[in-house]
Amino acid sequence: MKKPWYDYMWVFLLIYLTLGLFNILFAWLGILCFITPLLIAMLGGDKAYCNKYCGRGQLLRLLGGRLKLSRNKTPPRFLRARWFRYSFLAFFMAMFLLMIYITYLVFAGAGLKQLVTLLWIFKLPWHWANPWPASPWVAQFAFGLYSVMLTSTVLGLATMLAFKPRSWCVYCPMGTMTQGICQLKHGKDAANERKSQADCRTAEGVGKREPTDDILRIDG
Amino acid sequence: MPSVIRIAQVCGECVACGSCVKVCPFKAITIYKGLWAEVSKSGCRGCGKCVRECPAGVIRLLEVKAL
Repeated sequence: MKKPWYDYMWVFLLIYLTLGLFNILFAWLGILCFITPLLIAMLGGDKAYCNKYCGRGQLLRLLGGRLKLSRNKTPPRFLRARWFRYSFLAFFMAMFLLMIYITYLVFAGAGLKQLVTLLWIFKLPWHWANPWPASPWVAQFAFGLYSVMLTSTVLGLATMLAFKPRSWCVYCPMGTMTQGICQLKHGKDAANERKSQADCRTAEGVGKREPTDDILRIDG
Repeated sequence: MPSVIRIAQVCGECVACGSCVKVCPFKAITIYKGLWAEVSKSGCRGCGKCVRECPAGVIRLLEVKAL
């Protein structure tokens, strides 16, 4: 069966990361990865970006699933816990706002910092040739955005190797935000349906957990 | 003697990533309004692919007695 066009978005992620190596200004394209999922959630009321279009998710599934790089172990429970997902989102947003602030400082006259920060800690020196006349703040924002995209890719690869291919999706800040938007949008609708969802911590109805942990036997 | 059938069940901490939808060979799973995955009881054949694929580990196979 022929694959739809959006099944190849992982190619664009690779192209994006490669283009950023040659000219950091290409990093501005990453804005699409932030705005598109939010627009789809706000206007469409679903997570179509995560489900269909996310290049990172597709790449992780390809590397972890088809190329079998993943250990295929279920990640620890805290990764899917609401407190962890929202804390990670808050942390990510704080770092993003810091990046915006640094961009503003450069706009206001501070010197351009030509480096890409990996995992918010490691500062990779970067020499930007500036082939096109661009204002320093434009480049500073590009450095920040590229840092964010690279960091999330590295985290995704790490959890892909350690756990399941798309483990990143469990705590991805964009996923958390879009799911949160859907919860706000669908409000009561969602709350009523939620009551019929099974609790992860207990068996539904009367039942015993099988030793394999994947099968619950329900009696009656 | 009643037969036993297996049906996938998604529990409450689903992140609605859509991995299970992609992998289900019977198209028995949909994402409900971007909130969680829903398994169609009539469509599910209990193959377990979604259980293996789910990155959050929130899908289980229920064994239920079929009439």
